[in-house]
Amino acid sequence: MSQLSDLWKRLQSLSADVQVRWKSMSHVQRLSGYVLAVLALYLAPWWPKIPAVGWLVNTPGTQFSTVLNDQVIIFVLVALGLNVVVGLAGLLDLGYVGFYAVGAYVVGVLTSQHASLPWLVVLPIAVVVSMLFGVILGTPTLRLRGDYLAIVTLGFGEIIRISAKNLDWLGASRGISDIGRPPSIGPLKFGVIDPKPYYWLGLTLVFLVVFCLHRLEESRVGRAWTAIREDEDAAELMGVNTFKFKLWAFAIGAAVGGLAGAHYAGKVGFISPDNFPLQLSILFLAAVVLGGSGNMYGAILGGIMVAWLPERFRNFTDKRVLVFGIALVLVMVFRPEGLLPRRVRTKSPMKSASGGQEVAQ
Amino acid sequence: MTLLEVTDLHVFYGRIEAIKGVSFTLNEGEIVTLIGANGAGKTTTLRTISGVRPVAQGSIFFEGEDITKMAPHDRVKRGICQAPEGRGIFPGMTVRENLDMGTYVRGDKGPQKAKDLEHVMHLFPRLRERIGQMGGTLSGGEQQMLAIGRALMSKPRLLLLDEPSMGLAPMLIAQIFTIIKEINADGISVLLVEQNATQALKTAHRGYVLETGYVVKTGTGSDLLVDPAVRAAYLGG
Repeated sequence: MSQLSDLWKRLQSLSADVQVRWKSMSHVQRLSGYVLAVLALYLAPWWPKIPAVGWLVNTPGTQFSTVLNDQVIIFVLVALGLNVVVGLAGLLDLGYVGFYAVGAYVVGVLTSQHASLPWLVVLPIAVVVSMLFGVILGTPTLRLRGDYLAIVTLGFGEIIRISAKNLDWLGASRGISDIGRPPSIGPLKFGVIDPKPYYWLGLTLVFLVVFCLHRLEESRVGRAWTAIREDEDAAELMGVNTFKFKLWAFAIGAAVGGLAGAHYAGKVGFISPDNFPLQLSILFLAAVVLGGSGNMYGAILGGIMVAWLPERFRNFTDKRVLVFGIALVLVMVFRPEGLLPRRVRTKSPMKSASGGQEVAQ
Repeated sequence: MTLLEVTDLHVFYGRIEAIKGVSFTLNEGEIVTLIGANGAGKTTTLRTISGVRPVAQGSIFFEGEDITKMAPHDRVKRGICQAPEGRGIFPGMTVRENLDMGTYVRGDKGPQKAKDLEHVMHLFPRLRERIGQMGGTLSGGEQQMLAIGRALMSKPRLLLLDEPSMGLAPMLIAQIFTIIKEINADGISVLLVEQNATQALKTAHRGYVLETGYVVKTGTGSDLLVDPAVRAAYLGG
């Protein structure tokens, strides 16, 4: 145990060192740092080939780039969307898989089942339809709070799955196959064999979502969300139209969930109601909470962990879920606010007083 | 000029009638206090005026406009702002961010906002010391000051104060009533709900005594202060 905490301390001091260096860098140096980081992310499919890193990240039994796209990208996108709802606006949503399913089914219906539109055309439609579902679910239910809202959203996720299972129009339990794929551009072939192009497309979507959400968080909308999460009554008393902004959070969260679903459907080419179980909602929520509810980068990290850990431990066979569970519990014990908390809370008033002067300057 | 006019107000919590026909007025520039025992309906009346409790019957007029059914955030835009009772601040935001939320309705205007912030910190010097600290780490009294300061940042015409002296040390209580008078001197009308009837009546121009959902007595602050029945019931004889 002491070794563990020792390792933790060393890691912390290492990250502090890196931060100090980062701050002392010039603008150009920092920019090139960002470019390198982005490049490294796009080259992620080859990470397992790097000696030490490869041993750490590799996913035995499954192709690494498949894990990257089908698991990591999907979970990161979903965690980003769910973080808006749960982390920023503080609305507990246990049926988020519903929006993910809506996005996937819109793509399924419009590219295969009832029409054969190209995937690229359907993508924005899927996002808008998911958003509409967010508004449809949110309008009557966002007057509820806390536990009640959680139960209603839980029901929503199930309604979507069971409806898909029973409606012949949606392929019932047979599902939908031959779903349209993203268009191939030059050497970038979106086919069945190579998952890398999908990963690159997904990563680009992630950057796009991060950019948009970042802008939103810094705006008046973001402030309204924070106030609602902190104290809904007080927010209303300060003139925040709480219902409107809760609905916005729901709609934006739903849109991102739908985007993830559309990306998923375009990759796998086949969806059925069994792809959208309740368990997925729970895992999505676990990703957000594990990473750090309310912090976008925390949610990303949480998404990566929840998606990648079970694959990393695949050679533990049936015990891998146990290992994954233990890993989750350990994180929650040592980092109750998630791996990257929303904000480092100052415990000592002395420290915060000096922090205050910095703010005032 | 009448700023706030409440007529025959009835409010329910489920099937229990908490307010059973309360009427009162508040004139521009006045401090009016509602006093009464626990459960008399003081806080409920205040929450109904700020709009977080729905009205079952009766009406509320603000500057001649019927606001009975108006949403709370729209009332803030009209100039009614409440400093909620106890810990109604944003615990995870810094003092500064809490105060910034006060300007939410009128948008963020640079120089004017800085001036208002300076004014609030002048009224509550303790907030200046704590400016970068999380709201949730403040003491009860400091949180109370923050709630009032945040409400002031919205530049209200009418400030609703819910038990501002609750849980404060005796010395701070006297201080907070002095500050309420200062705020009023700046031209802000104040509706004050208090259990500390002596201080409230000394501070207010007029007062209303509430008992189990009814107004039982009204008069100027100084009249009520010497009224034998009021003295016996609320001022400890």
